[in-house]
Amino acid sequence: MAETIQSTTNSKTSGAAGQAEGNIVARFFRATEIDTRMLGMIGALLIIWVGFHILTGGLFLTPRNLWNLSVQTASVAVMATGMVLVIVTRNIDLSVGSILGFTGMIMGVLQARLLPELFGFNHPAIWIITLAGGIAIGALIGTLQGSIIAFLGVPSFIVTLGGLLIWRGATWFVTSGQTVAPMDANFRLMGGGTEGSIGATWSWVVGILACLAIIAAIINARRQRKRFSFPRRPVWAEYVLIALGCIVVLGAVYIANNYYWPIAIARRYAEANNIAWPEGGLLISQGIANPVLIAIAVGIVMTFIATRLRFGRYVFAIGGNPEAAELAGIKTRWVTVKIFALMGMLCAIAAAISTARLNAATNAQGELDELYTIAAAVIGGTSLAGGMGSIAGAMLGALVMQSLQSGMVLLGIDSPFQRIVVGMVLVTAVWLDTVYRSRAK
Amino acid sequence: MTEQTTPLVEMKNISISFGGIHAVENASVDLFPGEVVALLGHNGAGKSTLIKILSGAYKRDNGDIMINGETADIRNPRDAKKYGIETIYQTLAVADNVDAAANLYLGRELQTKWGTLDDVAMEASAREVMGRLNPNFKRFKEPVKALSGGQRQSVAIARAILFDARILIMDEPTAALGPQETAQVGDLIKQLKREGIGIFLISHDIHDVFDLADRVFVMKNGKVVGHARTEDVTKDEVLGMIILGKVPPGATPGPGAMKVV
Repeated sequence: MAETIQSTTNSKTSGAAGQAEGNIVARFFRATEIDTRMLGMIGALLIIWVGFHILTGGLFLTPRNLWNLSVQTASVAVMATGMVLVIVTRNIDLSVGSILGFTGMIMGVLQARLLPELFGFNHPAIWIITLAGGIAIGALIGTLQGSIIAFLGVPSFIVTLGGLLIWRGATWFVTSGQTVAPMDANFRLMGGGTEGSIGATWSWVVGILACLAIIAAIINARRQRKRFSFPRRPVWAEYVLIALGCIVVLGAVYIANNYYWPIAIARRYAEANNIAWPEGGLLISQGIANPVLIAIAVGIVMTFIATRLRFGRYVFAIGGNPEAAELAGIKTRWVTVKIFALMGMLCAIAAAISTARLNAATNAQGELDELYTIAAAVIGGTSLAGGMGSIAGAMLGALVMQSLQSGMVLLGIDSPFQRIVVGMVLVTAVWLDTVYRSRAK
Repeated sequence: MTEQTTPLVEMKNISISFGGIHAVENASVDLFPGEVVALLGHNGAGKSTLIKILSGAYKRDNGDIMINGETADIRNPRDAKKYGIETIYQTLAVADNVDAAANLYLGRELQTKWGTLDDVAMEASAREVMGRLNPNFKRFKEPVKALSGGQRQSVAIARAILFDARILIMDEPTAALGPQETAQVGDLIKQLKREGIGIFLISHDIHDVFDLADRVFVMKNGKVVGHARTEDVTKDEVLGMIILGKVPPGATPGPGAMKVV
């Protein structure tokens, strides 16, 4: 489906490109069928990165900062994938930050207070039960909110605005406002950090597998097109796409592997394993962080749901024309309930990542995350008018938002001013998008 | 047309009201296999409302629907489709942002054995159906939004016939079309009729449908003025039914007929 949506923009660009036949750049984009909108976002991201790199005097584009950036983005990126489906059906979910807080607190209490009494501390079953419990609670909350929206006809804005207050209050209520810490040792691995990363070797394995997947996907797509004699990309364009994809993936792995364990931790590790401390210090690569892997996995699953399953098609059809979808016999209300249930589950996954990272569940966890999540989806090209959006775009949007914040922290900009900038960027991004869309028509 | 004893569709004494206003009152219409019945009336006469009851978009307050002589329980569009009733709405009711194949199969997607969408199979049969209807149609990969009115119309019609409809409802099928496309739709209706499909044509413009229809039903203010075989009445007489509710000798009067003092 996302492909279909994007093909609007593709067809427009190819139409425009047709006029500038000789232009090499235009020909390149037409041949590779790269979505120009997505490209614009990547361009904006690069400008932000390079800009901050220069402004901070070389602090931004370092393995350490990029690695941290990836970990910080994970939680909002996970929620943004669900927010795309919510917004595509012309709804909104303002309660995601509070659901994150509530499910995070429930998971905190489960793993730090209830389950250790049954299993003992750091038992391997604890983190699994905790995560499953959190996801179940998230799904329940989402189902409840979705049912009220779909069957009682209360606008999603109001239901989730109520949810914002209710679940934040409930978060406080669970422990009377106390912070729960520390988290279970295994659970904590979901949050990243030295322990919660997969190291150099496995990072390369993941990177190479991803490259193989890119190649397989491109070959498969070409074969399908050939079978039904659809227009195909020129062969060189396929090679360019494969090369670009692999460079990005392997480059990311290379960067992650160039961020090493802090010296103190490496020294402790060396002592524990009887490794002699070498002259230049022990360089142990962090590799890709677990939360980043979780976010990427969520992104792949959500893209699959949105583009390959009936459910996803219904989501987009409802967004495009709710009446037509209803008349076509789609159970639009159930689809709405399922979307919100899915959103609740994703909030719980995001909550697991952020509580694990913080090593605590607090009653302020996830505050304002609803706004960052919505902003990420909207910056990522999800139209508030419904019917348009892509999961990958929203995740990229989350990265843009986090890059801005992270860069401003590095610059030492005060937090109130950070919010002002983020707010202005959001409005500007949507304005630019509106201009783009009206041109595209 | 050969007369049959059991009509394909029989709607008996149908009533529906919205907020105390009778949109349709005590209306009865019937349709035989291979027959084209035109439902005529001014805007707001209740013809679209009546037919939306048959297609499941509205729930009737009173009355019965019989399909092949048996009482049919139609509560929503899915029920109607189960009885082989397909509707092409005036508004076309296509999802603008997805492509033709996705629209054709909306709500009834083909799936692979893994439960994923079988886009390839859907597109292949979409190409086949569209090739029959509109051989010039080539824009399968584009969202329906990018298509012309006629192309969108052929997508809507293709969707209806793709699933072996027995009863086809067309609400103002040619309203958005140019002359050439209108002629195409006319040919298509004749073709479907030969295949034994019963067709309801709804229009406020008698010229659109008079030559295609075997019979006409005329509605006014939510009531059936009367019905007639097109060979027994003239266009002017039918116009008189639409405007004044005056029933000519060749027609059978209904509850909404003008009372002759």
